[in-house]
Amino acid sequence: MNWHLLIAQLLNGLALGSILALVALGLTITFGLLGLVNFAHGVFFMVGAYAGLVTFERTNSFALALLAGALVVLALGIVVERVLIRLFYRRPPEDQILVTFGLAIVIVEIVRAIFGGKTQLFPMPPWGMGATNLGFLVYPNYRLQVIVIAAITLTAIYLVLYKTRLGLIVRAGIDDSLIVNILGIDVTKTLLAVFVIGAMVAGFSGVIDAPIVAVDPDMGASVLVESFVVVVIGGLGSFTGSIAGGIIAGEIISITTIWAPDYAQVMLYLAMALVLILRPQGLFGTEGRL
Amino acid sequence: MDTRNGTKESALSRNLFLKGTAAAAATATVGFPAIVRAAKSAKSYPALGTFPAGVSGDTAMIGIISDLTGSYSADGEDLVKGYKLAIKHLNGGGGLVSKVPTLSGKGVLGKRLVYKIGDSETKANPAVQAATEFIERDKAIMICGDTSSAVVIALAKLAQREKVVFLSGASGSNDTTGKDCQRYGFRSQPSAYMDAKALAPVLKKELGTKRRAVYLVPDYTYGTTLYDSMKEFTEKIGWTTVNHYLAPVGTTDYSSYLLNIANSGADVFVNIEFGNDAVASTKQAAQFGIFKTMQMIVPNISSYMPDGVGAEIMAGVYGTQDWYWGLAGNKAYPEAAANSKIFLDAFLKEYHGIYPRWTAHIAYDQTLTWADAVERAGTFYPPEVIKTLESGHKIDLCLGPVAYRAGDHQQIRPVPVLKGKKPSAMANKDDYFEIVGMVPGAEAVPPLGLFGCHLPGYT
Repeated sequence: MNWHLLIAQLLNGLALGSILALVALGLTITFGLLGLVNFAHGVFFMVGAYAGLVTFERTNSFALALLAGALVVLALGIVVERVLIRLFYRRPPEDQILVTFGLAIVIVEIVRAIFGGKTQLFPMPPWGMGATNLGFLVYPNYRLQVIVIAAITLTAIYLVLYKTRLGLIVRAGIDDSLIVNILGIDVTKTLLAVFVIGAMVAGFSGVIDAPIVAVDPDMGASVLVESFVVVVIGGLGSFTGSIAGGIIAGEIISITTIWAPDYAQVMLYLAMALVLILRPQGLFGTEGRL
Repeated sequence: MDTRNGTKESALSRNLFLKGTAAAAATATVGFPAIVRAAKSAKSYPALGTFPAGVSGDTAMIGIISDLTGSYSADGEDLVKGYKLAIKHLNGGGGLVSKVPTLSGKGVLGKRLVYKIGDSETKANPAVQAATEFIERDKAIMICGDTSSAVVIALAKLAQREKVVFLSGASGSNDTTGKDCQRYGFRSQPSAYMDAKALAPVLKKELGTKRRAVYLVPDYTYGTTLYDSMKEFTEKIGWTTVNHYLAPVGTTDYSSYLLNIANSGADVFVNIEFGNDAVASTKQAAQFGIFKTMQMIVPNISSYMPDGVGAEIMAGVYGTQDWYWGLAGNKAYPEAAANSKIFLDAFLKEYHGIYPRWTAHIAYDQTLTWADAVERAGTFYPPEVIKTLESGHKIDLCLGPVAYRAGDHQQIRPVPVLKGKKPSAMANKDDYFEIVGMVPGAEAVPPLGLFGCHLPGYT
């Protein structure tokens, strides 16, 4: 047994998991708070990466790229929610799946028409270049930084949603919109806010992930699938669940790769199946809550 | 039959007679070869596949399948550009059409070529579905395309069943012209075996005989057969195979595989990944510092891999491609230089300065080869077209004179071996490679039957 490799893969699982958690978070927010099954989540991720790419190419600033990724997707989120999604909150999940799935196809094809199908090179920001020698392994700096960025972002969103007045209104608006309306608060705005926050996080993570993975119009598709796996493992609509689910998924992929790389993905789905059988609401999910 | 009908019929036949006279007059003015062709086509063949339904009008339809979405979509886009340009030249003249004596630039056997494009999503099921529609609904007389061996093999099987000629797009697996070979399928790209055999002597000369190699392999027929062939030929030059890691197509994060590779103790990293997967895995390998200790080899370099990873990383990388635009006007390779230049210029003009990649070359050359075979057969009747393609007749296109091997439908053609240029040595932004050599096809091809090809029947 190569202990160095095991420790290296454990660390890698954490890095993989923190990205997965970040991406899955937006899905959990819209799903948990709005009860909306959003198949266009991967598209927000992809659009964020492209917005970041265009900005980075022009300004050479990764901070501006991050901002652009978040803001462009914020704008896109507002348009999509006002024009389309708000009509589907009260419709059955299958309608939501169909409309968001269709929306995803349209947006992917628009991006393909503008940028073409080929992979775009998103340069590593200067501070992310190089690798750190941890003694037992050499690990890319950027992936270590991503763990920190993800932790900060997740904490910030947690604080906004669970520790601020705005968060309180949002959650109250979703639990009992009638009472909140009577109190003089516009519930439609809180729904919009939640949807847009979810989208923004996806756009933001698209930029974060872009220097690691290849930027192409289809990059959101695999992310969407993995996010759903994470959400199912962690628990539908659970904030803690998306973090735990992300890290568990990351570790499963990494650890399996040591012995049987071709079974890494299989193990991930096996874990999901086990959770669905033994604890259908997910590790941190609450029964009966969407 | 009553009299009224009789009158109608005689009026009809008078009409036909007049048309026939006009046609005969036209034929006479076109000249002798056309008369021979007309005589040949007059020979009647039974209905088979989409023949003659697909060519009963004044058009012949080509069903193009390509990866418009999915991991290999950049290569798929280039492939489609090649088909479109070939069809344009076959219908209206230009490019290499003027260099092939049988081709008129006025369609094929007088039929204007039309086409439709279907998206395979780099998956067999959507590809087969699109091709089936082309065959059943549009009566496609030929189908072609795709950039994944798994998809190409599925399409060739469909072609065999439906009796419609299929020209494979990019496909490197040994199985395509090996155990999965089809009478109705043809492949011009070098097989995995050819790539590996062409590459090995260069690797021996440049990197020595004591190397230890680790492989990253896409988990399907292309990846596994290319791995097998690379392992075989590198071990023959004295290399050791340390390990290989299979990853599913469409993997976005390769970090866990790359950690294994970084820990493998190898000094050569053979990356068999293709398309977007090649880009993602290579970018990430650089981030893990793998290239500080390992030399990279990419046995079959995807069309847009250098654009995706950047010239810095590609510098010094050894590999092969089906064709490289640097052959155009290249004095070191006189057989390929002139025709490659004609193709390159036509492509640059058509696509406003975008350089063709090897996938476009496959599409272009193979479509012309098929058109030439149809003209020489004098009919679209599939068995006759196939027998003409199997005849060993050489056609002189971008790579010089090439022909399909009758026994397995693998094209015998030279294999360009490439080495990535340093960014400072690049003449323009598409000038990624120097051509280290062109290994003659006869030297590179596997012995017939090595990969278990038994061609099924014609009908």
